[in-house]
Amino acid sequence: METSRLTEKRIKEYLEEEKRFDRRKPDEFRNIEIETGISKKAEGSAKVKIGKTEIIVGVKLDVSEPYPDSPDKGNLMVTAELLPLSSPRFENGPPKFPAIEIGRLTDRGIRESKFIDFEKLCIKKGKKVWTVFIDIYPINDDGNLIDAAGIGALVALKTARMPKYDEKNEKVVYGEITDKKIPLAKHIPLPITAHKIGKSLIVDPTLEEEDVSEARVTIGSTPDGVISSIQKGNSREITTEEMYKILELTEKTRKKVFSKIEKFLK
Amino acid sequence: MTKAFKRPDGRKNEEIRAMEAKVGIVPNADGSAMFSFGDTVAIAAVYGPKKMHPQHQQNPEKGTLRCRYSMLSFSVTERIRPGPNRRSTEISKITEWALEPVLMIKRYPNMVIDVHINILQADASTRCAGINAAALALAHAGIPMKEMVSSVSMGKLDKQIVVDINKDEEDWEEGEGSTDIPITMTQDGKITHLQLDGKITSKELKEVIELAKKATKNVYEVQKKALKDSIKDTK
Repeated sequence: METSRLTEKRIKEYLEEEKRFDRRKPDEFRNIEIETGISKKAEGSAKVKIGKTEIIVGVKLDVSEPYPDSPDKGNLMVTAELLPLSSPRFENGPPKFPAIEIGRLTDRGIRESKFIDFEKLCIKKGKKVWTVFIDIYPINDDGNLIDAAGIGALVALKTARMPKYDEKNEKVVYGEITDKKIPLAKHIPLPITAHKIGKSLIVDPTLEEEDVSEARVTIGSTPDGVISSIQKGNSREITTEEMYKILELTEKTRKKVFSKIEKFLK
Repeated sequence: MTKAFKRPDGRKNEEIRAMEAKVGIVPNADGSAMFSFGDTVAIAAVYGPKKMHPQHQQNPEKGTLRCRYSMLSFSVTERIRPGPNRRSTEISKITEWALEPVLMIKRYPNMVIDVHINILQADASTRCAGINAAALALAHAGIPMKEMVSSVSMGKLDKQIVVDINKDEEDWEEGEGSTDIPITMTQDGKITHLQLDGKITSKELKEVIELAKKATKNVYEVQKKALKDSIKDTK
């Protein structure tokens, strides 16, 4: 099922002429489609399609005890489960590294940028705080799940409404949704991943391209250009020049992507 | 005491919630489908037939159908932990049993057909929606089937038999409470799956099954239309 050597060679040859199999330019994203409110049971939800890649994200809220080191702060839990339904490559069983990485990357993009105001999610210091669960599921994997997950998480958070909290019984009343939103910052931290294939740098790889990627760098940054998270992946190195190019490329791409999805992030 | 019985959502006793079905929703899969009863939404994808691994699980007599039912964490009001649990393991097996009778699985010795079912949103009857989606996905994958199977969750609320119960009805407490009877049938009335939780007489159960024949016919029409529409799409 993996991409063959022959295809790898073709991909690289094409990229040397700045071409891709689907006629995109190296720095071109596929078409993005977003749908919100796809789940009636989740407090917030979104579906994101990037080309043939499709992902759904749901936000649930629960009240629990805070962690001892942050008694007055709410919690965030991001989980990704790579559904076997979405690709012949995914198998049942405990999460393997790719799923864990998507969860953690999305988590860090949100957490490190201080997108969620955790202090406002405190109900009673040291006793009760809100936990925000973000759960990510691909429906069809055709590459770039990381960026899709990041976009989906942001949109789902933006559309979420808090459920009612019964202070007397210290319980969440599920099904009764209030008008209250999750306290979010104005700056939107968007993750963009660049890949190095041969001598070329690209964004938004298809699955085939992802297979032959030698190195990738995910950069989470906000519209003011502030980067809050970076992760380099895959087993090959990148030069500093390449890294600078990646910074430029992802910055440029983030602006383009942001303008496409902005209306879902109001 | 014979107060006129009324379903919580105002449906007629034999009325199924609005159904929707669509095949080909997962491009990666060999076959895929969505099926919904009202707010209950299931999707299914088929991968295979392919070689069974590990090898010792291969059956030289016939192919293996392997189903996995799983609810998304946010498919219900109170988040459930992702991954398999005892309930989902059981439903996975039940689903295999519901589907295998109509599959010509003898044609695939040493092979496995994987069917993945995920519940996107739950308002009861999830296993039935899952089976309906899975049957469609198998047909869509072009796996030879003798006939279609259609599933519906019958119910008895107090003494009243109803078709396609939702969550409110599942939690019904008045009188004899709620009895949940998911059934899967072929169009000539063969039952490939039947479960029951609650309280019912054999006479009532017969009534339930008779009514289920009619109900599954309605489900079947929706499935048939979805398959036909998918062929139209490719033209």
